[in-house]
Amino acid sequence: MSTTTDRPGSAGAAAPPGPHGPVVRVHVPKRSFNSELRAIKIVWRRELIRYKSDRLRMVTTLVQPLLFLFVLGSGLQRLSSAGTHGVNLKTFIYPGILCISVMFTAMFSAASIVWDREFGFLREMMVAPVRRSSIVIGKCLGGASVACIQGVIVLCLAGLVHVPYAPLLLLGIFGLQLLLAFTITAFGVMIAIRIKQMQSFMGVMQMIVMPMFFISGALFPASGLPGWLTVLNRLDPLTYAVDPMRRLVFDHLTISPAAKAALDPGVTWWGWRVPGLLEAGVILALGLVMLSIAIWEFSSTE
Amino acid sequence: MSESPNGSTAPAIVVRQLDKRFGEVHAVRGVDFEVATGEVFGFLGPNGAGKTTTINMLCTLAKPTSGTASVAGHDVVSERDDVRRNIGLVFQDPTLDGYLTAAQNLKLHAELYGVQSDLVQPRMQQVMTMVGLWDRKDTEVATFSGGMRRRLEIARGLMHSPRVLFLDEPTIGLDPQTRRSIWTYIRELKEREEITIFMTTHYMDEAEWCDRIAIMDHGQIVALDSPEALKAQIGKDRVSIHTDDDDAAIAALRDRFGLDARVAEGAVTFGVPAGEEFVPRLFAELGIPIKAVSVSRPTLDDVFMSYTGTTIRDAEEDSSKLRNRVMAQMMGGRR
Repeated sequence: MSTTTDRPGSAGAAAPPGPHGPVVRVHVPKRSFNSELRAIKIVWRRELIRYKSDRLRMVTTLVQPLLFLFVLGSGLQRLSSAGTHGVNLKTFIYPGILCISVMFTAMFSAASIVWDREFGFLREMMVAPVRRSSIVIGKCLGGASVACIQGVIVLCLAGLVHVPYAPLLLLGIFGLQLLLAFTITAFGVMIAIRIKQMQSFMGVMQMIVMPMFFISGALFPASGLPGWLTVLNRLDPLTYAVDPMRRLVFDHLTISPAAKAALDPGVTWWGWRVPGLLEAGVILALGLVMLSIAIWEFSSTE
Repeated sequence: MSESPNGSTAPAIVVRQLDKRFGEVHAVRGVDFEVATGEVFGFLGPNGAGKTTTINMLCTLAKPTSGTASVAGHDVVSERDDVRRNIGLVFQDPTLDGYLTAAQNLKLHAELYGVQSDLVQPRMQQVMTMVGLWDRKDTEVATFSGGMRRRLEIARGLMHSPRVLFLDEPTIGLDPQTRRSIWTYIRELKEREEITIFMTTHYMDEAEWCDRIAIMDHGQIVALDSPEALKAQIGKDRVSIHTDDDDAAIAALRDRFGLDARVAEGAVTFGVPAGEEFVPRLFAELGIPIKAVSVSRPTLDDVFMSYTGTTIRDAEEDSSKLRNRVMAQMMGGRR
């Protein structure tokens, strides 16, 4: 790693060279674990920088969860009060709303791959002497971080829907959000790599995200559903994020056992109630699988 | 660098029988050339002649169908990473991130290329000062004009001190003043850093700046030499005349003077050794009214015309059809 200037020794203390000073000659080292880490880090940081400079995005991605929570939640409360055993509907759907806001932000982050392709920046990353996997990993981590920040903003609203600010509860939800954010970004990146135009991506997103949201049980308990819906519900990755989150919330509420049984029945596989940790494991495993597919796809494009 | 023992440096680029097909379109047809270290080498030809395809193969962005190429001593297929570490790229289409500032774009590049951390800042200042953008370093790129962006791309391409800088149409779509300043940077670069520059252009006047140029047409190199040598080979002045009946004029030129004339850019054009002395004879003996006449010393346009039988502007129109075909092929092939 020899790096030299024209006048060795003068480089450190001397004023930074201008156009007519000595030439600062840098040397690009062979690819190493370290250089891959640097690549991952800078791709990750780029996502954060872009998120930070895009205030509008922070606000717009908040609109939807707020709409669901306070408009839909308050409105339907009048119809459903008989079935919720005294629990406010807003409290019930809150975990689902947390998930959907994380999911939307994560998908939007993944969409930046399509923008990057359209605006040419992807090419700059493609020709760099780093592994394609480093770029994909950096992108997924970046998207996950951004989605998590957005999730935390929604998490701050907990008090408004009668969910206590208990440290363990918040920590648990944060962890689940992180997992979900990562998995959804990997999922989005996997799709975005194959898509050349933003309009198509938006279409695909509408086609996938909304069904995933509705089927997941974000808005209703996942038991006693018609058979076909039960099957779809168990196949929906979002189910495994909403359910443990809801359990965490309900564990911190003082409500009747009847209400708990009705509203938090848990996810069952052939009658067996799936424990929360396994649900988290399912999300992580799905995320890793999709990350691998994304890396494979990205490495095989020219 | 180290592999130049007795002042004789290994060539920066060696290309042998390089060939590329996109389906039925034969974009590059067995090209051979070498570029010496420190040279400014220009690839000249109309759009669709195969320049960008060739540059993409040299930059490891496209795989050759057959043939070999090495850049900075490394094979573009088997040593892709080594090639990438040693080259800088400035593409025809912009590849900057508009949401980031100029400095952030360069920093990102340096990180991706693994530039030693303590040298990132001084190197950044150097390359940005060179293209006159140092005072704009904290401005978002989205607010930059086309010329500023191109200059920033050049600065970025230089961030990691590449041994070969590839510029694909670096001045396309820019105003004459910006084009001139970009050429000033390129020449200055050559003075200051041990760098080889490989560029494509379809502006004839720009090709004059190169040490050597290769004229490419329909996927083949039809001429390769210094601009002066190429012009000397022509050895004739170019005479263009406007008449009411071009066909009759061409026939008359053939019959009376034994000259082979063509219509180029709307004028009957031909080459004669001493143009000014020929014009009085032309008026006296042609027998067809001449509305206007012009005589010019050989230019690269004439060189281009003598090798390809057309001017670059006329060739451009023909090739746009071919280009559409190539695009259709690529779209179909990829998905």
